[in-house]
Amino acid sequence: MQTTPQLKHEAQESADRFLQGIKDCVPTLLSYLSIGFAAGVVGNTAGLSIAEIALMSVLIYAGSAQFIFAGMIAADGSVAAIILTIFIVNLRHLLLSAALSPYFRRLSPLKNMLIGSLLTDETFGVAMNHASQKKPIGEKWMFGLNIAAYLNWIIATLLGAIFGQWITNPENFGLDFALTAMFIGLLVLQIANRKRIAKDIAVALSAVVFVVGASFVTSGSAAVIAATVIAATIGMVMEKWK
Amino acid sequence: MEIRWHILLIIAGASIVTFIPRVLPLMVLSRMKIPAWAMQWLNNVPVAVMAALVGQELLLSDGTFSLLEDSTKILAAIPTFLVALLTRSLLGTVVTGIFSMLLLRMVY
Repeated sequence: MQTTPQLKHEAQESADRFLQGIKDCVPTLLSYLSIGFAAGVVGNTAGLSIAEIALMSVLIYAGSAQFIFAGMIAADGSVAAIILTIFIVNLRHLLLSAALSPYFRRLSPLKNMLIGSLLTDETFGVAMNHASQKKPIGEKWMFGLNIAAYLNWIIATLLGAIFGQWITNPENFGLDFALTAMFIGLLVLQIANRKRIAKDIAVALSAVVFVVGASFVTSGSAAVIAATVIAATIGMVMEKWK
Repeated sequence: MEIRWHILLIIAGASIVTFIPRVLPLMVLSRMKIPAWAMQWLNNVPVAVMAALVGQELLLSDGTFSLLEDSTKILAAIPTFLVALLTRSLLGTVVTGIFSMLLLRMVY
């Protein structure tokens, strides 16, 4: 019976880490609420039922994909065309998932799958921010972060679907800028924490230049992927020169 | 409250094609020894992808370059950047962004 207090302690500690993950998710809640709400409104406008919008949030759980879904349904897009477009738009998750993988080496493939299945731009940003402050990314912490963001997203899109009949233009409240502000915050915090400011700014500036450049020849989502790959490569080459 | 058959089909297909890119690298790469140069490359991905997303949001509209078309986004980004730099608070940054945009839309 001597092991009991220790077990209790461990259980409590892991609960703490899960709760800390939920707490660290709080800054993203506002941007998720507004973007999720907007996604619900757009789905409603496209003629999707509340049940369909809810199922979309539960199974797809990707803002850009859900906007495209609603837009292409409204425009009578074919099943194959919609699925293909969503696939291309979310391909950047390959990069996020790859960048996250070194932190979860000791986890089983099943746990890695569960963590990956709830990966988003924002939870990735928060996790990397956490890591750049030299804090370990624990499994429990990551689940807390992921699950809080996931539930918040489902609730936000449902609210948008339900109240969408009355609010036709969420842009009037400045809410559409919440996502951009979120990305700005994650970018600045990331660079500030990593203490390799000159190199990071060079990578960031090249990503901006290349995303604009690539937008002339390809779609917005492909431009983001191309710019990320090129800018990360530039950063790697700069490191080699040193 | 119904779910139509062809909508269900698209949701099922879309959930598979969003699931695979999210989980595959995590499941495969976390089992492999990644060479140093690849780690350096991956190390740059967070800053690169966030900057690309910011650039896309601020400088592109509907996927094309449009600096002058919607300058409110650029203007709203200035206080947002400043608050992020000075306070290092993610929540403060998001709130500043929303309020800046709200004020700009009222003025314009």
